Amino acid sequence: MAGTDPIHQFVIEDMFPLFTVGGDGTEGSGVHFAFTNSSLFMVLTVAAISLFLILTTGGKKVIPGRMQLLSELTYEFVAGMVRSSAGKEGMKFFPLVFSLFTFIFVANMWGMIPYFFTVTSHIIITFALSMLVFLTVIVYGFYKNGPKFMKLFVPAGVPGYILPIVTPIEIISFLSRPISLSVRLFGNILAGHITLKVFTGFIVTMSSLGFLGILGSALPLIMGVALTGLEFLVGAVQAYVFAVLTCMYLNDAIHPSH
Amino acid sequence: MEAEAAKYIGAGIACFGMAGAAIGVANIFGNFLSGALRNPSAAPSQFGNLIFGFAVTEALGIFSFLVALILLFVV
Repeated sequence: MAGTDPIHQFVIEDMFPLFTVGGDGTEGSGVHFAFTNSSLFMVLTVAAISLFLILTTGGKKVIPGRMQLLSELTYEFVAGMVRSSAGKEGMKFFPLVFSLFTFIFVANMWGMIPYFFTVTSHIIITFALSMLVFLTVIVYGFYKNGPKFMKLFVPAGVPGYILPIVTPIEIISFLSRPISLSVRLFGNILAGHITLKVFTGFIVTMSSLGFLGILGSALPLIMGVALTGLEFLVGAVQAYVFAVLTCMYLNDAIHPSH
Repeated sequence: MEAEAAKYIGAGIACFGMAGAAIGVANIFGNFLSGALRNPSAAPSQFGNLIFGFAVTEALGIFSFLVALILLFVV
């Protein structure tokens, strides 16, 4: 069953068990620490990004070669995103946005290789990333604006008698940001990978029906190829959306009065 | 009714939420196309906004899919 179960690809397995805190020594008790397949692919993601950036920008030529151009394009892409949604002051958060974007993008691309683990398909990973953004916004917002940061919940130009309705809505929408940010990324990746698995599973099921089935299995095969292309697009778009929303939330912290 | 049956019915009903996301995504792409055909030179500059609106709308369909998954595998 393990081969056809669409959920099986998301199982986290221990690779090197490290130690267990607490518990009474029986199986499954206490907090277990281990180097898992999830950790392996996070390490691979960070290693791939670091190696790429170090190797391509190591030469530092005035006239960039092809590889240096690629990393400069990545830099300019994210920098343009930060400048357009958070303004010049937002550029101090450029390292955060760049790290988030490249991490999510490369993790999604690793996940597209068959039998590889997708880091972003676990909600705890995406939730940790979105809480990082959320807490950065709150801490920096209060650090920079003091109590004026609360203006974020009172939109300018709204008549006083609507404020009792608008302010709670603004507060709820602010508090639900980390949830929507994390569930969007996690849900897209999870749903995409399950769909991919289910559709490509049809190829095996159909071709076991005999000669006509083998002919008919070309249809799910075409669909599978198209879905793989779509998943590459979704992986890139979700990384882009996560980064753009991060910029917009940071913009709230920098300029709180709408 | 058995709890198991109610779970599957609930998962099916949760998928109705995808209809809303379908309408939303269709709206975005349809309006983009009609705008792009009227003024093709301005269309490439709005591609980022298109993808952004698509992803934000599509996420709502994903939420209902997630509810269905939770009903099937977690509850």
